[in-house]
Amino acid sequence: MSTTLLVVQILNGLQLGVLLFLIAAGLTLVFGVMDFINLAHGVQYMLGAYLAVAFYGLTGSFLAALVLALAAALLFGLLLEFVVFRHLYDRDHLDHVIATFGIILFLNHGVKVVWGAAPLSLPMPELLSGSVRLMEGLNYPVWRLVVIASGLAVAALLYVLVTHTRIGMLVRAGATNARMVSALGVDIRRLFMIVFGFGAMLAGFAGIMIAPILSVEPGMGDTILILAFVVIVIGGIGSIRGAFLAALLIGLVDTLGRSFSVDLLRLVMAPSPARTVGPAIASMLIYLLMAVVLYVRPTGLFPAKGR
Amino acid sequence: MSTLTTSATTSAPAGRFAQALPVAIFLVFALLPLLAMREGNGYLVSLGARIMIFAIAAVALDVLVGYAGLISFGHAAFVGFGAYAVGILSAHGIADALIALPAALLVSALYAFLTGIVCLRTKGVYFIMITLAFGQMAFFTASSLAPYGGDDGLTLAARSTLLGAPFMQDERAFYYLVFVCLLGSYLLCRALVASRFGRVLRGAKENTVRMAAIGFDVYRFQLVAYVITGTLAGLSGFLLANATEFVSPAYMSWQRSGELIVMVLLGGVGSLNGAIIGTAAYLLTEEWLSGFTENWKVIFGPVLVVVVLFARGGLIGLVSEVARRRRHD
Amino acid sequence: MTEPVLRLENLRKTFGALVVTDGLSLDVMPGELHAVIGPNGAGKTTLINQISGLLSPDAGAIRFGGRDVTALPMHTRAQLGLARSFQITSVFPHFSALENVALAAQSRAGSSFRFFGRAAAEPALNAAALAALAEVGLAARAHAPAGALSHGERRTLELAIALAMEPKLLLLDEPMAGTGHEEGARLVGVLQRLKGRFPIVLVEHDMAAVFALADRISVLIYGRILASGAPAQVRADPRVVAAYLGDEME
Repeated sequence: MSTTLLVVQILNGLQLGVLLFLIAAGLTLVFGVMDFINLAHGVQYMLGAYLAVAFYGLTGSFLAALVLALAAALLFGLLLEFVVFRHLYDRDHLDHVIATFGIILFLNHGVKVVWGAAPLSLPMPELLSGSVRLMEGLNYPVWRLVVIASGLAVAALLYVLVTHTRIGMLVRAGATNARMVSALGVDIRRLFMIVFGFGAMLAGFAGIMIAPILSVEPGMGDTILILAFVVIVIGGIGSIRGAFLAALLIGLVDTLGRSFSVDLLRLVMAPSPARTVGPAIASMLIYLLMAVVLYVRPTGLFPAKGR
Repeated sequence: MSTLTTSATTSAPAGRFAQALPVAIFLVFALLPLLAMREGNGYLVSLGARIMIFAIAAVALDVLVGYAGLISFGHAAFVGFGAYAVGILSAHGIADALIALPAALLVSALYAFLTGIVCLRTKGVYFIMITLAFGQMAFFTASSLAPYGGDDGLTLAARSTLLGAPFMQDERAFYYLVFVCLLGSYLLCRALVASRFGRVLRGAKENTVRMAAIGFDVYRFQLVAYVITGTLAGLSGFLLANATEFVSPAYMSWQRSGELIVMVLLGGVGSLNGAIIGTAAYLLTEEWLSGFTENWKVIFGPVLVVVVLFARGGLIGLVSEVARRRRHD
Repeated sequence: MTEPVLRLENLRKTFGALVVTDGLSLDVMPGELHAVIGPNGAGKTTLINQISGLLSPDAGAIRFGGRDVTALPMHTRAQLGLARSFQITSVFPHFSALENVALAAQSRAGSSFRFFGRAAAEPALNAAALAALAEVGLAARAHAPAGALSHGERRTLELAIALAMEPKLLLLDEPMAGTGHEEGARLVGVLQRLKGRFPIVLVEHDMAAVFALADRISVLIYGRILASGAPAQVRADPRVVAAYLGDEME
C-alpha cells in the first residue's frame, strides 16, 4: 500500500464526494423546502450528460456544450416542475415516489430511443485533458482536479447564496418551516420553482462535468441517486452543510473502502477469502455507515428542522 | 389528500363488491390451467404462475404501504433473499424444498428484522430512503458474490424437489402450488389487517403520536409487520427462483422494488385485492407492450404519472368511481 | 398527609435560548381537579407535553403514583394510567368515533399482538367504547367517521378516548378551545360528572369553566408557578391579579 496510491484514492474520493454534493444539494433543498421526494433527480443528472454530448456534437466546443446543456437542463427541470411536480406538492409521499419513478422510466428508456443504448463519450477540453505531476511518481488527471475545484467553487457559491442573500434566507426559512414562510406573504410557488430549477441545474452540471470521465449511458443516474440519498439522509434533510460534509465523507469512505478493503482484510485473514469478502464488504460499507448514523440520529447529523 | 379506498381504514363492513372480488380473482386463477389446456397453451400457465408469484410480494407490500403507511422502497430485497437461498443451496447440491423453503423464509425474516430495527426508527422521507438504501446494499452484496454468479446470476440445476420427488417439474403441479401459496398469503394478510394487530398498524398510519398517547409502542408493532411482510416476500422469492430456475441480483434491484410499489398502486392501495389486480395489470401490460418495442417503459412512465395525477385509487378506485356515478344517475 | 398522584420537581425545559419551563414544581392530589392557568406563552402545553412524555425535560423529575417516570417513553406512561387530550385535536379521522375509542380500550385490554379475529367486531372492546361515548354524550355519533364530526364533538371524542384508557390521571390541554358556548357548557357538565373519579389536570383559558370546576388552581407565569391554592384564594391573590387575572376577569 504505497503513499502514491493512497493520495490518488483520496483525491478520487474527494472527486466522488464533490460530485455527490452537487447532486445532493439540489435534492436536499427540494426535500427540505417542498417536502417533495424527487427520485427523478438522478435522471436530471443523466440528462445533463446526454445534452452535453448532443450539444458538443452540434458545436464542437466543450464550453459551448456546457453552457447550452446547463440552460437546457434548467429549462427541462422547470418544465417538469410546471407540468407534473407542482400538482403533487400537496399529495402524500407515495404519490411523489410513483410519479417520479414514472419520470425515471420515461427518461431512462427515452434516452435509449433517442441516442441508443450504447455508451457515449464526451471529450474533455484539449487544454485540460492531460495529467499534472503532483509529487514524485504521481501523475493525476487535470480534469479530475477541475471537477474537484468546480465542485468546491459551487459549494462556496451556495454558501454565499444561502447565507448572504435574501433568497437564500427564504430558502433556509422554507426548509425549516415552509408554511410560515408562505404565511408571511412570500410567493411560495415562485420560491419552489427557483429551488427546483436551481437543483436541476446543479444535477445537470454534475452530469456534464463527469461525462468526460464516465461513460454516458442510460441508467447512469440511478446508482448515484441512491448514493445521494444516503448522503442527505446522513447529512440531514434540508441542510446544505450536512450534505457537503456527508458527501465528502461518503466519497472518501466508498473510494478508500473499495481500494483497500482487500488489503485491510489481508491483515486478519488469508488472501483468498479476503479477495472474496473484501469487495462484498466494500460495497456494503456506506450502507452500514448510514445504518449506524441513523440508529443514533434518526434525522441525520444536521437536520434543518432540528431534533 | 389522497382518496380513501373502501373498507381499508374504516370498520364499515366490506361492500358486496369488495367481498365478491377476491372470490372472482381466485376463481379465475384456479380455472386458468384448465382453460389453457383446452387452448393447448402452456405459456398461459407459466404467465399465470408468474403473476401469482409477484402478487404474493405485492399483497405483503400492500399491508405495509396501504395499511401501515410504511412506504418500503426495498421490498424486492426480501424477494431476492428468498430466491438466493434456493440458489445457493442448489449450488451446494441441496435441492429439497423442505430445506430450501424454511431457509428462504428464515433468511428474509432475518434481513427484515435487522434492517427493520434501523429503518423503523426513522419516518417519512427518511424511511423511504433508508429502505431504498438497504435494498441497494442487498443488491450489491449479491452482485459481489462471485462464487454464486455475481452479476450474471446463477442457474439452478432443477426446481426444488419434495422429499426427493421432482414435484415442481410439472408445470400444472407447480402452478397449483403457487396458487395455494397466494391464497394462503392473501388470507393471512386479510386476517392480519382486520385483527387487533392490524388495527394498531392502521391507527399508527393515521396518527402515530395519538397511538403512543393511548399506550401503544408503535415501533414494536411496525417491526413485527415488517418482518412478516418481508418473510412473505421471501416466499415469493422461493417460488420465483423455482419458476425461472435462475437467480440474479436483478431480483433485488431498486427498480424491482419500485415495480412492486407500482403493482400495488395500479390496483388500488390499501385493499389487498388491488395488489393482485395491479400485479396482473402490470405484468400483462409488460407482456403486451414489450411485444411491440423493447422500450415500452417510455410509454409506461408517463402512464404512471397520469395514474398518480388522475386515477390515484388505481383500478379498483376507477371501478368504484364508475359504480358510484352510475348509482347517482 | 396523602401522597400526591403527580409530583413535578423543579422541571426545567429550554428551547435554544428560550427558557419555557423554569424550575417548576407542582403536586396533584388524589381525586382533585387541579386547574393550571396562565397567559399565552407561559408554557402550559410544554408542561403537559413533559408530563405525558412527548417532551423530555432538561432537568427535574416527574413522579407518577410515587414512581419516577421522567425517563419513561410516552406509551409506557400511558400504560401506567396517564391519559391526555391534545390542544390541537388529535384523533383518527378515518376511523369511526366508536373505533377511535375502541382502540384505547384495546390498549387497556393489552394483548394486541393478536393476528386473527376481527377487532372491529369484538363485543367487549365495543361495549367499553360505547360506555365511554355515552359518558361524554356522543353515543349517537358512534358510527360517524371522526373526520366528519364537528369541532366540539371531536374535542369531546378526545375526552372519550382518554376515558376508555381507565386513567389514573387525566391531563386535559384546553378542552374548550374553539368550542361554542353551548358545547363548552356541555363539556363542563361532563367534567363535573367525572370529578372525583380520578385526578384531573385541566389547562384552560375559559375562566368561567375553571372557577366552576377547579378544586385547586395553579397559576403558571413565565414557566414557573406563581401561586397555587383554592380558587377563592388564588382569585384574591394580588400578585396573580396583577400578572394575569386582572385582564381575564370582567
